[in-house]
Amino acid sequence: MVFAVVILSSLSGFFVLDSYPAPSSVCGYPLLFHSCELVAGSGHTLNVEQRTALQTSLVILKKNYKFHRVLFWGKILGLKEDYFIAQGRGEDELEDKKNLYSFNCMDWFLLPLATDSMIEQVSKAAKGRFIGDPSHVYEHLEIHKQGEGDKAEEEGIVTKVKEENRLAVTVHQIDEEASVVPRGAFVKNPHGLVQMNRTFGGLSQSEAGKLDSFFHFCKPKNLNKKSILEMGELNPAIDFLDVLSDDIPKGSWSLQFECASRACVLRSLLWLGLTFYHVPMTPQHGYIYIGDGTKNLDLPFML
Amino acid sequence: MDPPDGNQDFQRALQLAASFKTFMLKSSTKSNLNLYDHLTRLLIKVMDEQPQNVADVIEDMSRDVKRGLFEDTQSSLRDLPQTTAAELLAEQQRLLFSRPEDAEQENELMETPLPNVSEIGFYLEQAGVGLGREEMQRVFLALKQLVESQALVRCRLWGKILGIESSYIVAEADYREGEEDEEQITEEVAEADEREAESQENDMDLLPQSTYKPPPVVPKEATGTGTNKSVYYVCKEPGLPWVKLPSVTPAQITAARQIRKFFTGRLDTPVVSYPPFPGNEANYLRAQIARISAGTQVSPQGFFQAGEEEGDEEDETPRDTYEVNPDFEGIPVTEMADSLSSWVHHVQHILQQGRCTWVNLAVKPEDPNEDGEDEEKEEEPDEPEPEVGPPLLSPLSQDAEMFNTPPWSSKISSALTPQHSVAALRSNLWPGAYAYACGKKFENIYVGWGLKYAGEGYSPSVPPLPQKEYPSGPEITEDLDPSLEEEQALQEALEEQQAAQEEMEATDATDEEEEEDDN
Repeated sequence: MVFAVVILSSLSGFFVLDSYPAPSSVCGYPLLFHSCELVAGSGHTLNVEQRTALQTSLVILKKNYKFHRVLFWGKILGLKEDYFIAQGRGEDELEDKKNLYSFNCMDWFLLPLATDSMIEQVSKAAKGRFIGDPSHVYEHLEIHKQGEGDKAEEEGIVTKVKEENRLAVTVHQIDEEASVVPRGAFVKNPHGLVQMNRTFGGLSQSEAGKLDSFFHFCKPKNLNKKSILEMGELNPAIDFLDVLSDDIPKGSWSLQFECASRACVLRSLLWLGLTFYHVPMTPQHGYIYIGDGTKNLDLPFML
Repeated sequence: MDPPDGNQDFQRALQLAASFKTFMLKSSTKSNLNLYDHLTRLLIKVMDEQPQNVADVIEDMSRDVKRGLFEDTQSSLRDLPQTTAAELLAEQQRLLFSRPEDAEQENELMETPLPNVSEIGFYLEQAGVGLGREEMQRVFLALKQLVESQALVRCRLWGKILGIESSYIVAEADYREGEEDEEQITEEVAEADEREAESQENDMDLLPQSTYKPPPVVPKEATGTGTNKSVYYVCKEPGLPWVKLPSVTPAQITAARQIRKFFTGRLDTPVVSYPPFPGNEANYLRAQIARISAGTQVSPQGFFQAGEEEGDEEDETPRDTYEVNPDFEGIPVTEMADSLSSWVHHVQHILQQGRCTWVNLAVKPEDPNEDGEDEEKEEEPDEPEPEVGPPLLSPLSQDAEMFNTPPWSSKISSALTPQHSVAALRSNLWPGAYAYACGKKFENIYVGWGLKYAGEGYSPSVPPLPQKEYPSGPEITEDLDPSLEEEQALQEALEEQQAAQEEMEATDATDEEEEEDDN
C-alpha cells in the first residue's frame, strides 16, 4: 500500500512536468505487462515479481538520473547470473542514451559509454558466453614476431577486458545493428533533436507487412549512399534513419504476425533474441532483447 | 539604374500581375469554373500525389480534377469487404472454443491425457519462460483439439520452434499400435518402384561396374523404441490443423548433426546444405526434435524408476523403459537449484550412429553378383566396437561440457520468497530448453530456434576426396619418361645386343659356309 502511494505521487509529479505516459516499459510503448505479452512469442517473459520490481525501480531511476523516459531494454543471460538492462533517454532520443544494469531489478549500476577503443578490445578478448560477474576479466594473448629468421623475437601483448565493458559494448552494438522503430514513430524537429511523434497513429496492416516501413534506431550509415531520386520521395522529418530492408545479408529479419495476427513481430536472425512488436493502426510498438549477447556470425550458412 | 525608375518598373509589374490574376479569376460562362481555382486545385493534387512523369499526365490530371467536381458523393457501387488474414485465423480459432454437444459429464472427471494446462503455464511463467498467457491458453486448447481428434493416450506440449516465415508448435504423444501400418505401406510402394527400375537396367547393355560400395545404411528404429519412442505433431498457429511428423532415421540424425540451418515454417521446403540432408524440412524438424529431446528432457531424480526387466542385470542392452515412481516424495527446491545431480535424463541418449541402441553393421552382405571372387579378395573389416552411451536416468552432473561452457544453469525463480519459488533449469547447449520443478511437479519445454550451441563459429564439413574410378593396374598406369642417362644406357645396351647378334649371324653364316664347304 505504501509503495502504491509513493508511486502514484511520483507519477503525478511527472505528469505535471512532462505529459509523457508511465515511464517504464519495453523500449517503446508503456504498459510493461502488455508489451511482455506481445514479445513473449519468442519464448521469454518476465515473471510477475520481476515486472513489479521493474515498475518501482525504473520510476526511482528516472527521478535520480533526471531522464525523460526510462525503458526496459532487455536481459542478457549469463552462465551464472542474468543481467537486466534498462535504458534512459534524455532530450534527444537518439543521442542521449544511458544504459544501466542490475541483477535483481532493484539496484541499478551505470554502464560506461562504449568508445571505439573499448569496442576493439572487447572484440579481441571476449569469447564465449557471459559469465554473470561484472568484474570477471577476459584475457587474450597476442604474440607478435619481430625481426626475421633466427633473430625473431616474440612479444606477447595481453588484452584484458572486464565483463562490465563487454556488456556495455554488446548493448551498444545491439542498438546499432538491431534496434527497430516503425516509420513515423520518431520525428526530427528543426533543431535536429529526435523526439517521439505524438501524432503517430500506427502503420496500416499492409505497411506493417513490409520491411521497408521499419528503421534502425541509431545514427544512419546508409542514408548518404542513397541517390537524389530516392531521397526525393522521402520526408526529411521522418525518414532520417536506415531502413531495415537495406540490411546485409538480406533475409536477416523474420517478419510474422502473431497473437492471432494482431501484432506484427520482427525477429532478428543476426542477434538471436531481439524481438520487435507493433500493433498496426495503433501507436504501440517496442523492442526487447533477451538472449545470450552473442552475435550470430553463422547467419550466411543458416539461411 | 535610377531607383525611382526601378520602383516604377516594379509597380508596373505588380499591376500587370494583378490584372492577370483578375483575368484568371473570371468565371467561365459555360461551366462557372475559373482558371485560378482550377490551377490551384491541380497543383495541390500534384503535391499530394507526386505521380511519376507528371509533365506527361498533367492533362489527364486536369481532366480528373474537373470531373471530380461533379462526382456524386454517393456511388451505387460499394467496396466488397476483403477478408484479412486476421479474420480468417479468428474463424479457425473460434473452433477451439466450441464444446462438443455430446460431451458427457463423466468424461471430465476421469483422467484426461492432457495435463493441467494452466498450472504448467503458471509455473513456466515463474521460471521466466512462456508464450504469454493468452497464447498459452490458445495453444492448450489446440492440444485439447488434437487429443480429441486423434484419440491420443498421452499428450503434452513439447514446445515451439521458431522459423523465418512462421513458427511450429510441437506436441508430443505416445505412439499407438495402428500407426505402423501407414509407414509400411509407403515402404512397400518404394520397393516396388525400385524393382521396376532394376528390370529396366537389365535390358540395356551392361555399363562398367563401379567398385564404389556405399557405406551400409543404419536401419531406423522401430516406432515405440529409441528415437522413435514418441510421435510428434506440429501446427503453425493454434487452431490450424495438426500435421504428424514422420519417424526419424539415423541417417537424418547424423546429417542434422553436421548442418546448421534455420527453419522456414513450411514443412515441404527442401533443406539445401552440405552434407546433403536426406529429406525435407519435416524430416529435419523431426531430427532436431529427437536430438533436443534426447539432450534436454530431464526430471527430478527419483520421479522415474527403471522399468522391470525380464533378463539379467548384466545384459548389455541398455534399459529403455521407465515408469513413474509412486513413492516419490519431492526434493526441496533449493536443493534442486543448487546441485545438478538431483536432475536426471529420462530420454535415451542418441549414439554416434544415430540410434539409441547400437547395431552391428559389419555383417557380411549377400552377394548380388555372381562373381564371388571379388568378395573373397576383400579384407574383412575388424569387428567395430559397440557404441555405448550414458544409461537412462543418469544425473545431469555427468553431462559433458562443450566449448568451455557448463551444460546447464539453474536458479530459483524468486529470491524474495524462496519458500514458494520454483527451481528453473536452463540448458546452455540447446539454448531455449527449460525445465522447472516444484515439489512433485515438473515439466520440460523448448522454445527456441532449434539449433545447438556451436561455440565460436560453425564451419561446414569438407567434401571427401574424389574416389578413384577404376582399379589401377599395370596396363593403365603411365610410365615415367626415361631420363637421358637411362636412354643412353638403353641405347648402348641395344647396340651391344645388335653387335652381338651380328657376330652371331656372321659366325652362323661362316659356320654354314664351312658346313657347305665341308659337304
